Amino acid sequence: MTGSIEARFRTSFQGGFSLDVDLDLPATGVTALFGHSGSGKTTTLRCIAGLNRAEGTLRVDGETWQDARYFLPVHRRSLAYVFQEASLFPHLSVRQNLDYGARRIPAGERRIEFGQAVDWLGLSALLDRRPTNLSGGERQRVAVARALLTSPRLLLMDEPLSALDHQSKKEILPYLEYLRDALSIPILYVTHSPDEVARLADHLVVLEAGRVLADGPLTETLARLDLPIRQDEDAGVALEARVVERDARWHLMRVAFPGGSLWIRDHGEEIGRNVRMRVLARDVSLALERHEESSILNILPATVTGSVPTDHPAVVLTQIRLGAPGSNLAPPANQNENPAWILNGTTPLISRLTARSSEALALAPGKQVWAHIKTAAVLD
Amino acid sequence: MPFDWNPVFLSLKLAGVTTFVLLIVGTPIAWRLARLRHWIKQPLVSLIALPLVLPPTVLGFYLLLALGPKGPVGQIVQSLGLGTIPFTFTGLVIASVFYSLPFAVQPLQNAFESLGDRPLEAASTLRASPLDRFFTVVVPLARPGFLTAAVLAFAHTIGEFGVVLMIGGNIPGQTKVLSVAIYDHVETLEYGQAHLMSAGMLVFSFTVLLTLYAVNGRAAWAEKP
Repeated sequence: MTGSIEARFRTSFQGGFSLDVDLDLPATGVTALFGHSGSGKTTTLRCIAGLNRAEGTLRVDGETWQDARYFLPVHRRSLAYVFQEASLFPHLSVRQNLDYGARRIPAGERRIEFGQAVDWLGLSALLDRRPTNLSGGERQRVAVARALLTSPRLLLMDEPLSALDHQSKKEILPYLEYLRDALSIPILYVTHSPDEVARLADHLVVLEAGRVLADGPLTETLARLDLPIRQDEDAGVALEARVVERDARWHLMRVAFPGGSLWIRDHGEEIGRNVRMRVLARDVSLALERHEESSILNILPATVTGSVPTDHPAVVLTQIRLGAPGSNLAPPANQNENPAWILNGTTPLISRLTARSSEALALAPGKQVWAHIKTAAVLD
Repeated sequence: MPFDWNPVFLSLKLAGVTTFVLLIVGTPIAWRLARLRHWIKQPLVSLIALPLVLPPTVLGFYLLLALGPKGPVGQIVQSLGLGTIPFTFTGLVIASVFYSLPFAVQPLQNAFESLGDRPLEAASTLRASPLDRFFTVVVPLARPGFLTAAVLAFAHTIGEFGVVLMIGGNIPGQTKVLSVAIYDHVETLEYGQAHLMSAGMLVFSFTVLLTLYAVNGRAAWAEKP
């Protein structure tokens, strides 16, 4: 994959909804289109698929799918689409469903083999069943495999988990995470679940009322304080980190990311592996001094970069940046703090504080602080 | 008097040909109507449903005028050197197609509408062209609708009387179908023959409907939500 996805749509639909988006999406990884219902995320996805028509232009991987005079019909676009409900063909067996798309692409374009897709999604025991005899989660796995078997250049997923119960969601998420890492094609993933965004996305587009509110890399976009994705209780940042060190005695491992590193519970990942973590705003507290006598293991220098009020007048959310240049705090006094454990760059976090503390510490943009990070969860 | 099988065969032939024509003509009409999102839809649906409520003689009368030697259709046909239509088997087929149209179109339209857009959208994202989608997704999923349409069109054509009499007359071996033959027998007080034919029709109709409902009931494998 070399090219990216350029989508510009501007249309008013019947019923008063208007869509006005201009997106330049990365050619790899998962891009989440996030928004509440009515934000236009599904419509955007359907316009990219060609299932809805909107005026505009669309180029995928250097190929024009739509412009002012041209509209490539859906069935000629090298894409695959996973709907909210599995939408399997009820008159066909699982195997025939999987074959339906696979049979319709030229043999030369086949990059994903039948056996491979069946393995990836754990379908080998289901092949001769009818869709009606499958659970919701199984059906959705068949739908994903069926989509992949067209060897698409672009995979579109429209809230593929939202119709499933909690158990089925938990069952299918690891498959999607695996696909994200195994596939080299871009995935556009529509969701209204911050949790799915944190676990799956690499890139985040936030939509509201048919407009793009934000468009950027996952961690940076999640850390923005001006977006509706921030849910006060669960506000937090997801980030990709690398396992760099292990403390066998205390069952801890150190994960590093741009601008910092954290000791977290050992999940058994090998050193060098990437893990996805979530640091919730309520688990980050700020101090002006480095409190050595604290139960908190992770104390990192940071710079305050912004603050917003929340729904409750007592609580504010403060954005800080780890590894920001110009940090004049003393380097860590003890421990074998090896600077090699810190990757280049910076990482933003959000901290949830009382307004009183914020005032007492005189937190303002540019202020140097110590971030005390109580815990960080590994998402995989 | 030996039982005259001619009207029976003629009725079966007429119903068979009419059903065949109706499936070919009715499918695109039903498909178009099912997908139509326009105010014109209701007038069109009503137009096609007209034979359900019109006295068959009204339909037969207008068809006779249109198809007759002085009618617009009749003149075209004659100028092509194809002879006249009324009082021929062809005339019966044309009249029957109009008369039974709603019985074919309505079940098909219902079946197409209940499919929804989703299976077609899914097929199109799996690279199926419109015609491909129709034959690999719509036809198998709408199979009960096709079956209902065929059976109803067939049975309704077998049972028609008024239209046949208006447009076909009563020519033995050509247009004298079962229902007309029964009428004839009653007129001439041949109740034995009338009984035989009527009872046969009764049993036939019941068997057809029973088979239809049984088959469609078993074929209900709609996807659970």
